[in-house]
Amino acid sequence: MQNLGLEVLFKGKNMIRLLGGLWVALKISLISVAISIPLGILLGAMMTWKNPIVKAILRIYLEFIRIMPQMVLLFVFYFETTKAFGWDLSGETASIIVFILWGAAEMSDLVRGAFESIPKHQYESAEALGFTRAQTLTYIIIPQTLRRLLPLSINLITRMIKTTSLVLMIGVVEVLKVAQQIIEANRMTSPNAAFGVYLTIFIMYFLACWPISMLARYLEKKWR
Amino acid sequence: MKKFKQLLALSTAALIALSLAACGSSSTDSSSSAESSDSTAEASGNDIFRTLDEIKESGTINIGVFSDKNPFGYVDENGEYQGYDIYFANRIGEDLGVDVNFVSTEAANRIEYLKTGKVDLILANFTVTPERAEEVDFALPYMNVALGVISPEDKVITSLDDWNPDDEMIVISGTTAEPYLTKNYPDMKLQKYDTYANAKNALENGNGAAWTNDNTEVIAFALQNKGYTVGISSLGSLDTIAPAVSKGNTTLLDWLNDEIKSLGEENFFHADYEATLTDTYGAEYEDTLVVEGGVVAGSDEDAAAVETADEPSADDADKEAAEENAAVDTEESSADAEAEETTANE
Repeated sequence: MQNLGLEVLFKGKNMIRLLGGLWVALKISLISVAISIPLGILLGAMMTWKNPIVKAILRIYLEFIRIMPQMVLLFVFYFETTKAFGWDLSGETASIIVFILWGAAEMSDLVRGAFESIPKHQYESAEALGFTRAQTLTYIIIPQTLRRLLPLSINLITRMIKTTSLVLMIGVVEVLKVAQQIIEANRMTSPNAAFGVYLTIFIMYFLACWPISMLARYLEKKWR
Repeated sequence: MKKFKQLLALSTAALIALSLAACGSSSTDSSSSAESSDSTAEASGNDIFRTLDEIKESGTINIGVFSDKNPFGYVDENGEYQGYDIYFANRIGEDLGVDVNFVSTEAANRIEYLKTGKVDLILANFTVTPERAEEVDFALPYMNVALGVISPEDKVITSLDDWNPDDEMIVISGTTAEPYLTKNYPDMKLQKYDTYANAKNALENGNGAAWTNDNTEVIAFALQNKGYTVGISSLGSLDTIAPAVSKGNTTLLDWLNDEIKSLGEENFFHADYEATLTDTYGAEYEDTLVVEGGVVAGSDEDAAAVETADEPSADDADKEAAEENAAVDTEESSADAEAEETTANE
């Protein structure tokens, strides 16, 4: 079998450094997910309001974040805020802010979509049965919305974990950067290391995202 | 339904607790960083950078280096920074009497780091160009470099003049190769990569016909990787590599220039080369690549100019040559920048 250069992983502290890098990536994504998902749900609920001003503001926010590449947002929050306001954000703080803004924007649109996909007759039937507005929401609309939302939000969460690979551009040394460092440091002794190291990263990302998919599958079955 | 409600309540509670905890930690983060930026702002007035005294006072200098560019700046298996730039950085820290905090930078964001004062100094194989000199201040050079083109052995590119329009050229965004090729070969299709490792992968996977990068890089690459040849070993102007500081940070710049001159007396950069680069380039390139004491070899005029001007002397020579060229060839006189580049070629 071709040499995959896996031996570089066992040199010195390389494996611990890779795991440390994975922890940095997971920390950024999980903090962002924990804040942006509830925030997104709140904003999504607000998007279904009739108030045109609220609607317009949220719409602009959503489109702005959706159109801007995450890389640009990271540069804006890391470098431009220092130039404009003198904030000295660390790379990790800037990444978390960007990921929260991005996650909340995308989540809000998913929530709005899920809410609006509930047919009108569900509301009407509830009213006919004598449910109050609050009861209709808690017993009929929200449970159905959550079920529709689940696969969509899992998709978003795993995407947020994977997109942390961009934060190396603002000096955060996460798993991908550590991998590139390892490959480069050994480019003379193990020129094939790239394949083995990237394979290892693939497995790491998979192990990080897989439990989330499992949880979603479990919940989907349970709520059926 | 009851179970569902319990689950919902539980998960909501967990989410709120999590978000509160995260909010708490992130808000303390931001407030502490706000405090630190306040204190630096107070100390340095309105300037974005830290002066020499402020760096000494803080006890740490932030130096932006490459962390994946063996042998100039890379991280070894124990997580320690190593390489030609790092050897110099450690000496700077020693002579300043401060600790060195290495910041991992990419080719494309080095200038931003200086413009925002997020590092005090960039020692990341930074080639001096007139465009960059407008945005940052370069100290005296400590290395020479030109561009080189590397291609697979079975299809060696020896000249860019008969470039096949279907082929693509690999470059790293933010390096000197990108503007050089865009100016001189505007029809050439470029494949741009953000990181060195990605560009290397692209060449190895055959995504492009050739890769233009610093000649040191391609020479080393050809030595280490069978099947690749440096078809063009010197393309474009002979450039220099120098430390860079934020625009206007004269106290640090002056200190650096004095440091480089005094290090020249003990042949520091030759020792640096022998310690970090000999394995990669071999001893025969030592005098070609190393610039000692900030004096580019083979020019006494340059040495004199260096004494007085902060700006790298090579630029002045280039400009003079460019003016001559423009005077001779009136048609080209409008394209100053282009003239400059092409004269530099000769």
